[in-house]
Amino acid sequence: MQLGSLATASLFLPKFMRAFETPRMVPAGNKILVVLQLSGGNDGLNTVIPVRNDLYYKARPKLGIGKENALLLTDETGLNPALSAFKDLYDDGSLGILNSVGYPNPDRSHFRSMDIWQSASASNEYINNGWLGRYLDAQCSGCGMPVQALEIDDVLSLSLKGEKMNGIAMRDPKRLYSTSHEKYFKDVLAQHQLVPGNETVDYLYKTMADTVSSADYIFEQSKLRPTTAQYPATALGQSFKTVASLVFSDISTRVYYVSLGSFDTHVAQEAQQKRLFTEMNDAVKAFVADLKANNRFQDTLLMTFSEFGRRVTQNASGGTDHGTANNMFFVSGALQQKGVLNPMPGLADLEEGDLKHSVDFRDVYATVLNKWLKADDEQILGKKSAYFDFV
Amino acid sequence: MGVSIQRKNLHLLWRAGFGPSAVDCQLINSETPASYYKKLLALSVKTPAYIDVADSSQRQMVTGMQQNEGLRQQLSAEQKRALRIKSREGLKNLNLAWMGQMINSPQQLREKMSLFWHGHFATRTVNLLYQQKLLDIIRSHALGNFGDLLQEVSKSASMINFLNNNQNRKGHPNENFAREVMELFTLGRGNYTENDVKEGARAFTGWGASFNGEFVFRERQHDDGRKTFLGKTGDFNGDDILKILLQQKQTARFITRKIYRYFVNAEPDPAKIEWLANRFYERQYNIESLMTDIFTSDWFYGEENIGKKIKSPVELIVGIRRILPMQIENEAVLLLLQRLLGQLLFYPPNVAGWPGGKNWIDSSTLMMRLRIPELMYAGDVFSMKPKDDDDQMMGMKDKEERENDSAVSLARPGKKYNTRGRGGQQIMATIDWRNWLELYTPVARQNLLPAIVPVLLQTKTAVGETTLKNYVDAGSRENFIKTATVQLMSTPEYQMC
Repeated sequence: MQLGSLATASLFLPKFMRAFETPRMVPAGNKILVVLQLSGGNDGLNTVIPVRNDLYYKARPKLGIGKENALLLTDETGLNPALSAFKDLYDDGSLGILNSVGYPNPDRSHFRSMDIWQSASASNEYINNGWLGRYLDAQCSGCGMPVQALEIDDVLSLSLKGEKMNGIAMRDPKRLYSTSHEKYFKDVLAQHQLVPGNETVDYLYKTMADTVSSADYIFEQSKLRPTTAQYPATALGQSFKTVASLVFSDISTRVYYVSLGSFDTHVAQEAQQKRLFTEMNDAVKAFVADLKANNRFQDTLLMTFSEFGRRVTQNASGGTDHGTANNMFFVSGALQQKGVLNPMPGLADLEEGDLKHSVDFRDVYATVLNKWLKADDEQILGKKSAYFDFV
Repeated sequence: MGVSIQRKNLHLLWRAGFGPSAVDCQLINSETPASYYKKLLALSVKTPAYIDVADSSQRQMVTGMQQNEGLRQQLSAEQKRALRIKSREGLKNLNLAWMGQMINSPQQLREKMSLFWHGHFATRTVNLLYQQKLLDIIRSHALGNFGDLLQEVSKSASMINFLNNNQNRKGHPNENFAREVMELFTLGRGNYTENDVKEGARAFTGWGASFNGEFVFRERQHDDGRKTFLGKTGDFNGDDILKILLQQKQTARFITRKIYRYFVNAEPDPAKIEWLANRFYERQYNIESLMTDIFTSDWFYGEENIGKKIKSPVELIVGIRRILPMQIENEAVLLLLQRLLGQLLFYPPNVAGWPGGKNWIDSSTLMMRLRIPELMYAGDVFSMKPKDDDDQMMGMKDKEERENDSAVSLARPGKKYNTRGRGGQQIMATIDWRNWLELYTPVARQNLLPAIVPVLLQTKTAVGETTLKNYVDAGSRENFIKTATVQLMSTPEYQMC
């Protein structure tokens, strides 16, 4: 297991001393990646708005967000009005925006396109494991507890399933602990004996044992330096609060995975996107403030993605239908390049009414894996990639 | 030491069906596996009844629109949405109705085979009528001829829509179906070239489906030029391509290998597969004969194949309900379980179907599996939310959640059941224990566990008596059997068959 310097040091600290540590004393440690999945296909054009592009307003006479309402980043770019915290991050130099991210031969089914993003496959390839699961395989071979990648959810995403290892999904550490500590299960686990020719059963017992020990470890860690900051009472707010408490602990987790949805705004998009963005905005705002207060913002990279963007032209129901390329946000106190990282999508150069991608999402993954998590991206993604310089 | 007859029969019942019912258990010591298989096969001979859950308004609407193209154009977005929502509700009923067949039908072999083909010919479409039709094709041909099955599936509206063949036109090919029919349905990767995909796609141009789900050949869209496909040249159409694919021995090999890994052992045995595939090919793809070859072979009953397969979520749930018949007041909770465990019927992850095996297992799914028997027995409230499926929700998640509180909130207040706050779920089951209890009437109290364990578990290990005894209710003989059964089902060993 790879532990940061903090974790190693604190192993030698008596427990009573650790209890006296204040959160503000958290020193720099592991680089953390937080992936925020926007499920359902977020409308990128109403997220990062091309406020000087007539084609945009022509395609969206009703849905287009006027320059006067957008939160202006540059002369030609504004953010959705519900994303005030992201505007602050931009001003602060802590936000990077990558436009036109996608893949060749885009698929417009939610499930399939999400599959492609999560497994990091080509659109005509079917892979049964995810990019972060394969990161876990590489990172955690032979380690007892697969806690390097955690998902805040009841069900584990394909993203976190590896060939050999799986990440762990949990709503909160306490619940995971109490479920896995059902006394019967512990006793069943304790009495199991290895006999030859029983490998698959042993695999199930090993998964069970890993779950129990991980649950113990995660729960213990979550109590070490629980955040005292206020978070919104939304599901996402509480998820970020859980993540923050773990980030401040000595846990060896490197990747956290959270989701928000549904962004599938075929009908009455404005209200729905506003509601979801407000939830996202307030949760991220609280999270960043908490990270800063605890000196961890420069070690944390938050990245958003969605399975596809939406069509350029609005539909007849005040919404938009499934599209293709989309933008991604990167939030961190350690960005090497900030702001709008590449040109805004070309609205004059569409493919059957959809945006063309100029960035392959697997190059983004490669960048994050290689430069931020210091992992072997070529092995994990099965291909050589071009890197960006934002981290 | 040889494998006991009981163990062999249970192995057969789990692999060729969904496990034993309590009634089956009365016979598992007296029949030989060969005669048991004969019986299973005989029970599956009849063509199964069409499962139809569409209501008349749904069908009338579709027929009306088929006859009057204008009517369809006039539908507002709102009406179309309403139609789709109705369709989606229908798919839930279709799911439960089919699961009911798996539990109760004597045609165990046919339903099990159908579940295999359901994963092989995997499609996702929200159209209830198309999915009903495809399921019927699969169930009707499950034990028939693979060539017929392939042809009917390829011409089904469900497959044509899912793999975009309606958009496959002369001069504007869509290669999706042509590629997958080779990669996933017949030859497998590496046994064709990109040029075969291109040429195959040309041959399938013009294959389409009408709105009400009938196959149509649109001659004007068909490219009737010469194609070279897998080394043959001619003015091929789609039927010709399927014929050529069936002429390839690789197709028999590919299908046999997949069947072997599903029904016998995830670890393929090349020599056995080659032997089976040769016979499958010689007998013109007769599926029943292939299955008979497998289930009447000696090696199928070898210790190395018994208890080695991880039950799929559907096999697990159906298996419990076969041995313990139960009334479930809120049957829709089974859909929640399917989603939490990763196998919702009619919603395969992609066209490659469910990968199966160890892929079923992660810490969340395993812990959930271990809790299910107790949840069925005690009706405890549990709180687990599956992931949203936006293809199913169609942008309606918000509305639904506001209306229902939670899309999966299935708990209702009642005499027996408590609800604790929001978002809790329960399996409101009433188990009929009679047959299961009766089976053990002749068994002395101290011999009960040794009698129950080998019927429930196919594995080499089992939870030890000393551990188990702390968790069973020894208050009465009846409670002892009940609680021991539930506890044994709540173990990793019970996940295996």
